[in-house]
Amino acid sequence: MLKIQESHVQAILEHAYREHPLEACGIIATGRDGSQHRLIHMDNAARSETFFQFDPRQQLRVWQEMEDREETPLVFYHSHTHSRAFPSREDIQHAWDPQVHYLLVSTDSQSRGELRSYRIIDGRVSEEATRVLRGT
Amino acid sequence: MTIKVKIPTLLRALTGDQKEVETTGGTIGEIIESLEQQYPGIRERLMSGDEVHKFMNIYVNEDDIRFRERLATAVSPSDTITILPAVAGG
Repeated sequence: MLKIQESHVQAILEHAYREHPLEACGIIATGRDGSQHRLIHMDNAARSETFFQFDPRQQLRVWQEMEDREETPLVFYHSHTHSRAFPSREDIQHAWDPQVHYLLVSTDSQSRGELRSYRIIDGRVSEEATRVLRGT
Repeated sequence: MTIKVKIPTLLRALTGDQKEVETTGGTIGEIIESLEQQYPGIRERLMSGDEVHKFMNIYVNEDDIRFRERLATAVSPSDTITILPAVAGG
Protein backbone atom coordinates (compact mmCIF):
# COMPACT_ATOMS: atom_id res chain seq x y z
CA MET A 1 0.00 0.00 0.00
CA LEU A 2 1.15 3.51 -0.80
CA LYS A 3 0.61 6.08 1.93
CA ILE A 4 0.80 9.52 0.43
CA GLN A 5 0.37 13.01 1.86
CA GLU A 6 -2.70 14.92 0.73
CA SER A 7 -0.57 17.95 -0.18
CA HIS A 8 1.56 15.73 -2.43
CA VAL A 9 -1.51 14.36 -4.21
CA GLN A 10 -2.70 17.93 -4.83
CA ALA A 11 0.72 19.08 -6.02
CA ILE A 12 1.07 16.09 -8.39
CA LEU A 13 -2.37 16.72 -9.89
CA GLU A 14 -1.62 20.44 -10.25
CA HIS A 15 1.64 19.58 -11.97
CA ALA A 16 -0.13 17.16 -14.31
CA TYR A 17 -2.83 19.70 -15.27
CA ARG A 18 -0.25 22.45 -15.72
CA GLU A 19 1.68 20.31 -18.22
CA HIS A 20 -1.41 18.87 -19.94
CA PRO A 21 -1.55 17.81 -22.79
CA LEU A 22 2.14 16.91 -22.27
CA GLU A 23 2.95 14.21 -19.75
CA ALA A 24 4.25 15.35 -16.37
CA CYS A 25 6.62 13.34 -14.17
CA GLY A 26 8.41 13.43 -10.85
CA ILE A 27 9.47 11.68 -7.72
CA ILE A 28 8.78 11.41 -4.02
CA ALA A 29 11.94 10.78 -2.03
CA THR A 30 11.95 9.37 1.46
CA GLY A 31 14.42 9.55 4.32
CA ARG A 32 15.88 6.52 6.04
CA ASP A 33 13.14 6.11 8.64
CA GLY A 34 10.44 6.57 5.99
CA SER A 35 8.70 9.42 7.80
CA GLN A 36 9.93 12.40 5.78
CA HIS A 37 8.67 12.59 2.22
CA ARG A 38 9.91 15.14 -0.30
CA LEU A 39 8.15 15.81 -3.60
CA ILE A 40 10.26 16.79 -6.62
CA HIS A 41 8.75 17.77 -9.95
CA MET A 42 10.94 16.60 -12.83
CA ASP A 43 11.17 18.02 -16.33
CA ASN A 44 9.89 15.70 -19.02
CA ALA A 45 12.79 15.74 -21.48
CA ALA A 46 10.59 14.01 -24.08
CA ARG A 47 8.05 16.89 -23.98
CA SER A 48 5.51 14.49 -25.37
CA GLU A 49 1.82 13.68 -25.02
CA THR A 50 2.61 9.96 -25.11
CA PHE A 51 6.04 9.58 -23.49
CA PHE A 52 8.09 10.87 -20.58
CA GLN A 53 11.71 10.73 -19.55
CA PHE A 54 13.29 12.49 -16.58
CA ASP A 55 15.64 15.17 -17.84
CA PRO A 56 19.05 13.42 -17.51
CA ARG A 57 20.95 16.41 -16.09
CA GLN A 58 18.26 17.15 -13.56
CA GLN A 59 18.09 13.46 -12.67
CA LEU A 60 21.80 13.41 -11.82
CA ARG A 61 21.41 16.51 -9.65
CA VAL A 62 18.38 15.09 -7.83
CA TRP A 63 20.07 11.68 -7.31
CA GLN A 64 23.16 13.40 -5.87
CA GLU A 65 20.94 15.43 -3.59
CA MET A 66 19.14 12.29 -2.40
CA GLU A 67 22.48 10.63 -1.71
CA ASP A 68 23.65 13.63 0.35
CA ARG A 69 20.39 13.60 2.32
CA GLU A 70 20.40 9.81 2.69
CA GLU A 71 17.12 9.53 0.83
CA THR A 72 15.86 6.91 -1.60
CA PRO A 73 13.12 7.12 -4.25
CA LEU A 74 9.74 6.09 -2.86
CA VAL A 75 7.49 7.03 -5.79
CA PHE A 76 8.00 7.68 -9.49
CA TYR A 77 4.91 9.43 -10.80
CA HIS A 78 3.78 10.45 -14.25
CA SER A 79 0.61 11.46 -16.01
CA HIS A 80 -1.33 10.00 -18.89
CA THR A 81 -3.05 12.75 -20.78
CA HIS A 82 -5.11 10.71 -23.26
CA SER A 83 -5.71 7.46 -21.41
CA ARG A 84 -6.50 6.09 -18.00
CA ALA A 85 -4.07 5.74 -15.10
CA PHE A 86 -3.00 2.23 -16.07
CA PRO A 87 0.63 1.36 -16.89
CA SER A 88 1.30 1.30 -20.61
CA ARG A 89 3.47 -1.29 -22.32
CA GLU A 90 6.34 1.22 -22.27
CA ASP A 91 5.80 1.97 -18.58
CA ILE A 92 6.22 -1.73 -17.83
CA GLN A 93 9.20 -2.10 -20.15
CA HIS A 94 11.06 0.80 -18.51
CA ALA A 95 10.20 0.06 -14.88
CA TRP A 96 13.40 -1.10 -13.21
CA ASP A 97 13.01 -0.41 -9.52
CA PRO A 98 11.23 -3.10 -7.49
CA GLN A 99 11.34 -0.87 -4.38
CA VAL A 100 9.43 2.00 -5.97
CA HIS A 101 5.71 2.75 -6.14
CA TYR A 102 4.78 3.63 -9.71
CA LEU A 103 2.06 6.26 -9.40
CA LEU A 104 -0.05 7.19 -12.39
CA VAL A 105 -2.50 10.06 -12.70
CA SER A 106 -4.79 10.74 -15.61
CA THR A 107 -5.75 14.15 -16.95
CA ASP A 108 -7.78 12.62 -19.77
CA SER A 109 -11.23 14.20 -20.02
CA GLN A 110 -12.89 10.81 -19.42
CA SER A 111 -11.04 10.06 -16.20
CA ARG A 112 -10.02 13.43 -14.81
CA GLY A 113 -7.87 13.18 -11.75
CA GLU A 114 -7.74 9.38 -11.60
CA LEU A 115 -4.78 8.27 -9.47
CA ARG A 116 -3.51 4.70 -9.10
CA SER A 117 -0.40 3.09 -7.70
CA TYR A 118 1.43 -0.02 -8.86
CA ARG A 119 4.40 -2.21 -8.20
CA ILE A 120 6.11 -3.33 -11.37
CA ILE A 121 8.61 -6.14 -10.87
CA ASP A 122 10.22 -8.07 -13.73
CA GLY A 123 7.48 -6.99 -16.11
CA ARG A 124 4.68 -8.00 -13.76
CA VAL A 125 2.24 -5.34 -12.66
CA SER A 126 0.25 -5.39 -9.45
CA GLU A 127 -1.99 -2.56 -8.44
CA GLU A 128 -1.92 -1.57 -4.78
CA ALA A 129 -4.16 0.47 -2.51
CA THR A 130 -3.37 4.13 -1.97
CA ARG A 131 -4.10 5.82 1.32
CA VAL A 132 -4.16 9.59 1.26
CA LEU A 133 -3.08 10.99 4.60
CA ARG A 134 -5.62 13.79 5.05
CA GLY A 135 -4.44 17.08 6.43
CA THR A 136 -0.78 16.39 5.65
CA MET B 1 44.67 5.14 -14.73
CA THR B 2 42.21 4.48 -11.92
CA ILE B 3 38.74 5.95 -12.27
CA LYS B 4 35.84 5.91 -9.83
CA VAL B 5 32.48 4.74 -11.15
CA LYS B 6 29.23 5.11 -9.22
CA ILE B 7 26.98 2.12 -9.74
CA PRO B 8 23.19 2.40 -9.55
CA THR B 9 21.14 0.08 -7.32
CA LEU B 10 19.89 -1.70 -10.43
CA LEU B 11 23.38 -2.98 -11.31
CA ARG B 12 24.77 -3.63 -7.84
CA ALA B 13 23.95 -7.33 -8.03
CA LEU B 14 26.75 -7.45 -10.62
CA THR B 15 29.28 -5.53 -8.50
CA GLY B 16 28.86 -7.48 -5.27
CA ASP B 17 26.62 -4.74 -3.89
CA GLN B 18 29.31 -2.06 -4.21
CA LYS B 19 28.00 1.49 -4.74
CA GLU B 20 31.27 2.69 -6.14
CA VAL B 21 33.95 0.72 -7.94
CA GLU B 22 37.38 1.52 -9.29
CA THR B 23 38.35 0.66 -12.80
CA THR B 24 40.70 1.78 -15.56
CA GLY B 25 40.45 3.40 -18.96
CA GLY B 26 40.97 6.67 -20.80
CA THR B 27 37.53 6.85 -22.43
CA ILE B 28 34.02 5.76 -21.51
CA GLY B 29 34.29 2.94 -24.06
CA GLU B 30 37.47 1.64 -22.41
CA ILE B 31 35.91 1.94 -18.98
CA ILE B 32 32.94 -0.17 -20.02
CA GLU B 33 35.35 -2.84 -21.34
CA SER B 34 37.31 -2.81 -18.06
CA LEU B 35 34.11 -3.02 -16.04
CA GLU B 36 33.06 -6.02 -18.13
CA GLN B 37 36.36 -7.75 -17.26
CA GLN B 38 35.80 -7.09 -13.56
CA TYR B 39 32.04 -7.61 -13.49
CA PRO B 40 30.98 -9.87 -16.35
CA GLY B 41 27.52 -9.12 -17.66
CA ILE B 42 27.62 -5.40 -17.01
CA ARG B 43 28.34 -4.48 -20.63
CA GLU B 44 25.07 -5.85 -21.93
CA ARG B 45 23.20 -3.83 -19.33
CA LEU B 46 24.92 -0.63 -20.45
CA MET B 47 25.13 -1.12 -24.19
CA SER B 48 22.75 -1.75 -27.02
CA GLY B 49 24.79 -2.84 -30.03
CA ASP B 50 27.72 -0.46 -30.40
CA GLU B 51 26.13 2.40 -28.49
CA VAL B 52 25.25 3.15 -24.92
CA HIS B 53 21.71 1.98 -24.25
CA LYS B 54 19.20 4.73 -24.96
CA PHE B 55 17.77 4.47 -21.46
CA MET B 56 21.05 4.27 -19.57
CA ASN B 57 22.56 7.62 -18.61
CA ILE B 58 26.33 7.84 -18.16
CA TYR B 59 27.87 11.03 -16.83
CA VAL B 60 31.42 12.31 -16.56
CA ASN B 61 31.15 14.53 -13.51
CA GLU B 62 28.03 16.60 -14.33
CA ASP B 63 28.02 15.96 -18.08
CA ASP B 64 25.84 13.47 -19.89
CA ILE B 65 28.16 11.74 -22.38
CA ARG B 66 25.49 12.09 -25.11
CA PHE B 67 26.32 15.79 -25.13
CA ARG B 68 30.06 15.08 -25.14
CA GLU B 69 31.56 12.44 -27.39
CA ARG B 70 29.56 9.43 -26.26
CA LEU B 71 31.82 6.35 -25.93
CA ALA B 72 34.84 8.38 -27.06
CA THR B 73 34.40 10.87 -24.19
CA ALA B 74 37.78 11.21 -22.49
CA VAL B 75 38.12 10.75 -18.74
CA SER B 76 40.90 11.54 -16.32
CA PRO B 77 41.61 10.14 -12.82
CA SER B 78 40.05 13.17 -11.11
CA ASP B 79 36.72 12.53 -12.87
CA THR B 80 33.81 10.65 -11.36
CA ILE B 81 31.69 8.53 -13.65
CA THR B 82 28.05 8.05 -12.67
CA ILE B 83 25.72 5.51 -14.21
CA LEU B 84 21.97 6.04 -13.78
CA PRO B 85 19.15 4.19 -15.50
CA ALA B 86 16.70 6.62 -17.09
CA VAL B 87 13.26 6.98 -15.60
CA ALA B 88 10.93 6.85 -18.57
CA GLY B 89 7.70 5.44 -19.90
CA GLY B 90 4.70 6.03 -22.07
